Amino acid sequence: MTLITDILFGAAAVFVTASLIAVYRILRGPTMPDRVIAINVLGSNVVIVIALLAAAIGEPGALDIALVYALLNFLLSITISKFTVDRGEVL
Amino acid sequence: MEIQEIVVLLLAAGGVFFAIVAAIGLVRLPDVYTRTHSASKSETFGAVLTLTAVAITFGWDLSSLKTVLLLVFMFLTNPTAAHAIVRAAADQDIEPWTTEDEES
Repeated sequence: MTLITDILFGAAAVFVTASLIAVYRILRGPTMPDRVIAINVLGSNVVIVIALLAAAIGEPGALDIALVYALLNFLLSITISKFTVDRGEVL
Repeated sequence: MEIQEIVVLLLAAGGVFFAIVAAIGLVRLPDVYTRTHSASKSETFGAVLTLTAVAITFGWDLSSLKTVLLLVFMFLTNPTAAHAIVRAAADQDIEPWTTEDEES
């Protein structure tokens, strides 16, 4: 196990911890946009963790999963913010 | 230590720092607008630094190109999603947080 592998695994561990902190805001969040923001942060963290693990264990195929996950994460935020207000456009 | 290890260590440390800042801001700040301010900017910058570290780890490869593609995609979509959510919050008439003497 080389030093770069150790660095990548450690960074992935810290990102998982940051995701657990975001779970507090998802459970607690007083309003709906609070929860959506926290879910967006958690999804970004998951994408970064997948990319870090793909580099750490030498499995480049996992990067495709990370790309699709990032796409779905963006789509989720846009869709929720579009269909919770009575208005045609969002941006 | 080789030069690649030093660069990866510095970039990963910066990315981890900004992720922690985003998480703390998400918990500690008072309302949805300030939380979005913390989450969108710090999280995007942490993602950019960490994915740069991943791309340097892969070296000159197709995987590195995919990582850069993911980086550019997150750099574009993360602030856009935050903007859309906050605009929906403003349309739902969620009041911004203010201190007492600012309201007079």
